[in-house]
Amino acid sequence: MTRSFQKLNEEKVFKDPVHRYIHVRDRLIWDLIGAPEFQRLRRIRQLGTTYLTFHGAEHSRFGHSLGVYEIARRVIDIFKYRNHWDDSETMITLCAALLHDVGHGPFSHSFEKVFGTNHEEYTQKIILGDTEIHRILEKQGSGFAQRVADVIGKTYPNRLVVSLISSQIDADRMDYLLRDAYFTGVSYGHFDMERIWRVMRTRDDQIVFKLSGMHAVEDYIMSRYQMYWQVYFHPVTRSAEVILTQILHRAKDLYQQGFRFKYLPHPLLKIFNGKITLHDYLKLDESVILYFFQVWQEEADPILSDLCYRFMNRRLFKYVEFTPALLDAKDRLSESFQAAGIDPKYYLEIDSSSNSPYDLYRPGEEGERQPIQLLMPDGTLHELSQESDVVGSITGMRRTDCKLYYPKDRILDLPKHSPHQKDIQRLLGI
Amino acid sequence: MLEDHAKVAALIHQNGETIGRKKLQKAIYIFQKLGYPFHQIFHFHFRGPYSEELSVQLEELCDFGFLIEDRENEEQTDDPCVYRISEAGRDFLSHYKDVLPNVSRLMQCVVGQSIHFLECVTILLYFDHLSHDAAIEKVLVLEKEITSSELTRALAFIEEICRLQSIESPASR
Repeated sequence: MTRSFQKLNEEKVFKDPVHRYIHVRDRLIWDLIGAPEFQRLRRIRQLGTTYLTFHGAEHSRFGHSLGVYEIARRVIDIFKYRNHWDDSETMITLCAALLHDVGHGPFSHSFEKVFGTNHEEYTQKIILGDTEIHRILEKQGSGFAQRVADVIGKTYPNRLVVSLISSQIDADRMDYLLRDAYFTGVSYGHFDMERIWRVMRTRDDQIVFKLSGMHAVEDYIMSRYQMYWQVYFHPVTRSAEVILTQILHRAKDLYQQGFRFKYLPHPLLKIFNGKITLHDYLKLDESVILYFFQVWQEEADPILSDLCYRFMNRRLFKYVEFTPALLDAKDRLSESFQAAGIDPKYYLEIDSSSNSPYDLYRPGEEGERQPIQLLMPDGTLHELSQESDVVGSITGMRRTDCKLYYPKDRILDLPKHSPHQKDIQRLLGI
Repeated sequence: MLEDHAKVAALIHQNGETIGRKKLQKAIYIFQKLGYPFHQIFHFHFRGPYSEELSVQLEELCDFGFLIEDRENEEQTDDPCVYRISEAGRDFLSHYKDVLPNVSRLMQCVVGQSIHFLECVTILLYFDHLSHDAAIEKVLVLEKEITSSELTRALAFIEEICRLQSIESPASR
């Protein structure tokens, strides 16, 4: 049964560099955008530390979330026009699109690694817990918030709705690829999104693509490939991410050792103690974190102050490719770092592809992942890489990269003829 | 450095023989749920919990030469992509002696089950934050191929592995 949702007296629009305009016609969507938990996304960057590599990448998760909503809205309109859509699912889908990232914290990925938090769990808590967003959703009827949470958690019974928000070609990926390409200023990363929408079809509980639209889908896959290697996994960005992670580790370690901070990080104390509540979590954003990184440059602890200085002033770690041979040398390398007065716990770190929240397209794994399916003229479905030479050529390629990060400046600043300097240079091959 | 990779390699090593990719995904999810120190992020996919992070870690272990990936006859198994430890992998593990407690009995118990059954078990575990009845209802709505009798067996299996886990490594969690 389709229930009616209140419409706004007049349509609201947000000017957007990717979609030109984002159109809001429903009171529910307008109210969700105004909720404090959603407004907080203005203070969380979409690409974390990437702005230290591509200075334009200052865009926020707020803009991305609006973009995902807009794509979902337009795709639903196309499906409705073709009678491929159950309209009773529309508002659930739009809310899920808008709120899919609402649980992200500041510099989410590093933060989660250090503190063991999970932004997806926080998304669920924000939608289901004691929040303005929950109250707005539940005004639509008891259980409405749970249904939105289920779509985002990918456990909603209607898999078509889930696919629209989360699959190999979904509203989330389409928006972030185009938005991230725009804001980083890179020339790759573009694809014809409207063409992809036009060739989308529904088949049972999944979205498939007409064979005639294969080239538009190929462009999307190439965009994803280029953005992965040249933006998302850029080694300089990863270096900033390594330092950020080490700052959080050091601050937590110092707090647990009873260090007397000159600037005690009150908003972080509960997370240091492992007792953070939803209310505490919602107070955290990147402004808060960057404030402490700025003032911690004055702390008496030389490691914390140095790491913060490095992050704030972009004095990043250098890297060498990590090889199994380096693993054999790791004990000697750690000893040499220690002997040289450089704590390897904070100044020697491996970063690999499996640390990245982004992924490349692969043609399923014997049923574990849903691949992109092309709808052939005879009505059968063929997996994309079987039909496309372009996609076939990149899906078999290596998708891993592993680097060892270290502070080259500290090594070079060691006294001339220092045996430790020579050891480290030899072991690192620099 | 690479402790999470080492835990995965150690689990494969403890298994003593090859293990299929699908079973490994399910086994690590089960071990994580039992409190063992696996930190991979799992999402709900159309065959239950699946970790892209683990999938990339396995590829990295292969690229380092620590694991060997083979393909078995696809007509004889529903889990044709299998992994085994290489000589270099044994050397790698010599750097991480205590990275994982001995879980070989528990591992045998898990890998002795069919993929379909492990899917059923892991989907149930995915909803372990819900009440017993709500979890079962959720599984039956999401996975129409799972029968009530399979669910009953899966629940008994979960009890059994919890019991085994408390015997095998009570202080490991």
